[in-house]
Amino acid sequence: MRRIISVLLENEPGALSRVVGLFSQRNYNIETLTVAPTEDETLSRLTVTTTGSDKVIEQITKQLNKLIEVVKLVDLTEGAHIERELMLVKLKATGSQRAEIKRTVDIFRGQIVDVTSSVYTVQLAGNSEKLDGFIQAVGTSGVLEVVRSGVSGIARGEKVLSL
Amino acid sequence: MELLSGADMLIRSLQDEGIEYIYGYPGGAALHIYDALFRQDKVKHILVRHEQGAVHMADGYARASGKAGTVLVTSGPGATNTITGIATAFMDSIPMVVLCGQVASSLIGEDAFQETDMIGVSRPVVKHNLSVRHPEEIPEIIRKAYYIATTGRPGPVVVDIPKDMTTPNERYEYVFPRKVKLRSYNPALRGHAGQIRKAVDMLMAARRPVVYAGGGVILGKASEQLTELVRMLGCPITNTLMGIGCYPATDRQHLGWLGMHGTYEANMAMHHSDLILCVGARFDDRVTNATEKFCPGARIVHIDIDPASISKTVDADVPIVGPVDAVLKEMISLVRESREKPDEEALAAWWKQIDEWRAFHGMRYETSDDVIKPQEVIEALWRLTNGEAYVTSDVGQHQMFAAQYYKFDKPNRWINSGGLGTMGFGLPAAMGVKLNYPEEEVLCITGEGSIQMNIQELSTCKQYNLPVKIINLNNQALGMVKQWQDMNYESRHSQSYMESLPDFIKLAESYGHVGIRIDRKEDLEPKLKEALAMKDKLVFVDIYVDRFEHVYPMQVARGSMKDMWLSKTERV
Repeated sequence: MRRIISVLLENEPGALSRVVGLFSQRNYNIETLTVAPTEDETLSRLTVTTTGSDKVIEQITKQLNKLIEVVKLVDLTEGAHIERELMLVKLKATGSQRAEIKRTVDIFRGQIVDVTSSVYTVQLAGNSEKLDGFIQAVGTSGVLEVVRSGVSGIARGEKVLSL
Repeated sequence: MELLSGADMLIRSLQDEGIEYIYGYPGGAALHIYDALFRQDKVKHILVRHEQGAVHMADGYARASGKAGTVLVTSGPGATNTITGIATAFMDSIPMVVLCGQVASSLIGEDAFQETDMIGVSRPVVKHNLSVRHPEEIPEIIRKAYYIATTGRPGPVVVDIPKDMTTPNERYEYVFPRKVKLRSYNPALRGHAGQIRKAVDMLMAARRPVVYAGGGVILGKASEQLTELVRMLGCPITNTLMGIGCYPATDRQHLGWLGMHGTYEANMAMHHSDLILCVGARFDDRVTNATEKFCPGARIVHIDIDPASISKTVDADVPIVGPVDAVLKEMISLVRESREKPDEEALAAWWKQIDEWRAFHGMRYETSDDVIKPQEVIEALWRLTNGEAYVTSDVGQHQMFAAQYYKFDKPNRWINSGGLGTMGFGLPAAMGVKLNYPEEEVLCITGEGSIQMNIQELSTCKQYNLPVKIINLNNQALGMVKQWQDMNYESRHSQSYMESLPDFIKLAESYGHVGIRIDRKEDLEPKLKEALAMKDKLVFVDIYVDRFEHVYPMQVARGSMKDMWLSKTERV
């Protein structure tokens, strides 16, 4: 099952490599990984999406917790949560394609953020399936380049992951 | 206000940490530190002949004393040579601090002479590693390193020290922090009271309980509490290879150790139990055999300081995270207060069954009139040392024989590489023990394969006068490899012969030690006595043992706990 694990990490050199190393060393899967400092500059927040049985996920969270630089973590998929991923796509856009792409971008609530005579660059945020859906809708033949941020997530409601 | 250079701060921190000996080998990036070492006499340095030897020495000391060992090496090859030793300590949760020189900060990343990314290289085999980015941080980093290494589930910590951090030209205020606080590291101080109560209730209700104890009992200094609890409960106890000595082996309630080469009765009792109380062990594959067939009728209570060890391979019904000594203490008082008593009738029936298993097999081997059996060497050593020696071992058949036939009644005396299985561990580990416990008898039980993996340390033994006794069970082959080849590869002995063995007697003598060869059965005891009588000499006892002996019992691969070979021909 797919899980989103959100980690507060000491913002120190080498901390990220410990997390990544742990996944490969123990044969766990990383599907996406995002990391950036938080409003507290001593902390980074890392979000990793992974798949595995309940037993494997339990081991992943326990092993992550054992890392000295991991301050706190939560499995967001255990409760209601919001997940978002940002995508930038370069699309071939000439002739009648231009209007068609514009319509599709509007339907997906994306934005065209850069334009040339033959290319549109589209920005789209949402959960991972929505981004997949957009690529499907415009058709892979027109896609010149895709870059995705990986998943970020946060719990719904009062629940917060902080010190 | 005292101003010190980084190198002086490092040595001063070791003094303040109470470190008496460090084991190491100098080199370019560590020379400022070695100079600081030279200008004081509180911290004594033992110069080994290979850095791996230094780590195993520190490890041997740590296992015998329960305190952290300390290693000092230079960058590059000095640091990478410690990796096997660090991995050995990591797998067995041994507290240790390894101080590594590093090229100057300005050169890092430039493929400088003797540069290795030691933080990266060591990462998968350390509990944590730290690098020094400013000389002023040194005292705090040293304090942190020992704190992390020795608390919670212990383990090795590497400290990487670029050369410019220790330069004598810059001096800083020295402050040794008394306390360390790490917001992200808070090992449990006690177990969950509700879970402990539940565990005690289950123990009282169990009809066929068995205690399965591991190295965590020794690391957690909880042998006394464990022994008390087991005696109160009157139930059988088995322990892992790493747990040897956590409960007196000569006691009636002790079934010997369990797992791949464990006793018949221990493995049978585990398989047929209805409740397993696991204390400080981790259901390792060498213990459980096939996990899906593991102890089908047993519920499991698992006490461990490391939550990740619980339900990793075998699910626990009642997990208890906490230090084993504190948890056992609580269990003892609950058992004492409890109105329930263990079911005596059920327990008597359980013991009757166990005694039948004991009578059926127990530990036995066939003796011979003309060849020396490795098992009888160990039994003779046990008798001659009154079971009181510190015994280190290498890895292979000799290790299993030593663990099976030397009956340890005390913890911290059986010292072996259980998790990683590192050949070459035994001699330097014995040296680390002897250096710190000069009055104690220290035996290194080894084989002609393993001993050659760190034989150079005989020179260190000469330099520091470390009169350990090396008992070389010489079967002229890599015995355990050969045994597997006999059992699984139709005796195709691929690369398992040790041809062109050295003359170990002359070798020992060339290092200034004594060598004794034993190849006749009638010489065994008299010559072992002779060796042990030489209190101030390192004696290399080269014993020619049966070349065809196998270690039994041996669990059948992919079977359950109870599927075992009891000899070359009997399978149960």
